[in-house]
Amino acid sequence: MKCVTCREPAIIDIRRHNSNFCAEHFIEQCHRQVRKAIEEFSMFEKSDKILVAVSGGKDSLAIWDLLLDLGYTVDGLYIGLGIGDYSDTSLDYARAYAKTRSLHLIEVDVPTTFGFDIPNGSRAAKRVPCSACGLSKRHLFDEEAMKGGYDVLVTGHNLDDEAAVLFGNTLHWHTEYLGRQLPVLPARDGFPRKVKPLVRLAERETAAYCIVKGIDYLIDECPMAAGNKHLGYKNALNEIEAGSPGAKHSFYFGFLDRAAEFFAAEASIDREGLGACASCGAPTTSETCAFCRLVERAGGQLPERNGVNAVAVDLGPTRLGVVQ
Amino acid sequence: MFGLSACDHVRVKVRLHNPRRDLDIEGPITIINLLARLDLNREAVLVVRDGELVPGDESLSDDDSIEIRPVISGGEQ
Repeated sequence: MKCVTCREPAIIDIRRHNSNFCAEHFIEQCHRQVRKAIEEFSMFEKSDKILVAVSGGKDSLAIWDLLLDLGYTVDGLYIGLGIGDYSDTSLDYARAYAKTRSLHLIEVDVPTTFGFDIPNGSRAAKRVPCSACGLSKRHLFDEEAMKGGYDVLVTGHNLDDEAAVLFGNTLHWHTEYLGRQLPVLPARDGFPRKVKPLVRLAERETAAYCIVKGIDYLIDECPMAAGNKHLGYKNALNEIEAGSPGAKHSFYFGFLDRAAEFFAAEASIDREGLGACASCGAPTTSETCAFCRLVERAGGQLPERNGVNAVAVDLGPTRLGVVQ
Repeated sequence: MFGLSACDHVRVKVRLHNPRRDLDIEGPITIINLLARLDLNREAVLVVRDGELVPGDESLSDDDSIEIRPVISGGEQ
């Protein structure tokens, strides 16, 4: 197996590109794909203040590293979810990456700050753990990005993630979600701009990137995720991909090119009528946002936001109030 | 033990994850054939030896020690 660029021995094959790469040219390929995604979807500029959500896994550490390689200035955000040893270990990986490169890592610990953890809290709230985890992370990503004055929030969602979510949403015709499944969600009232620069890389490539670059990441899967639908969809798509290389790319990018626009109107409906959550000030269509309801049902408590140390922060017209 | 025979040949040592376990496989065997034998999808794993990626066409021989690393991850978005 020879590198398609230099004809030296290759270390990886990427069948959907019908190409093999040596280590040097594989890294170049990753840079090229991320640069292309950033430019094609106008994700951000070099002058933007960028925050990347970091879990300690391969995708988030790969995108942090890729963006730094490409010359962007990027801070990290880690959310501790209280999933036992798994959370402890994932934080170790995130901290180790940041420390060795002298990067700024913001840490938010859900059990310490909100008085519940995902395993027990999701059970008490009668929610699937992955659902409670996803809801908590989305809320805290938004909040920290707005608090910190970041122009854009980067997440490590890759081609497999997007294809699997699209597969699930199509399988069940969740048309309200299909219109929002884009590589860029623009900033709007109280929400930061959110972007996914890894959409042109499969997760086999983000893992390979970390190995080639010597980035240590958490290999083990989250114990709460075992057997979830999302992983099942990924396995199904990989079976298709094995017999038809490029199927995942074609599915997702074909959707963006030819179908996403048909669902845009429905996706915009829930953006109307946003007000500030009575508890935390986050944008919501209800009196209390979904995260604050989760905290209450999980037996936790929201931090005091009008305490002595509270400072006023402008979080947008609907993200009112003060935060500590 | 997968591929274990009665004789005491030195074999390819294979580490798998989720759950973590170790196997001994009789060599020589290519990566592609090894993955097929273990019923693993090439799209879902990487093979690592001494911290470096091993390409699919490489043949493993006795005394090799490799790790088959899963790449699928993630819960609900």
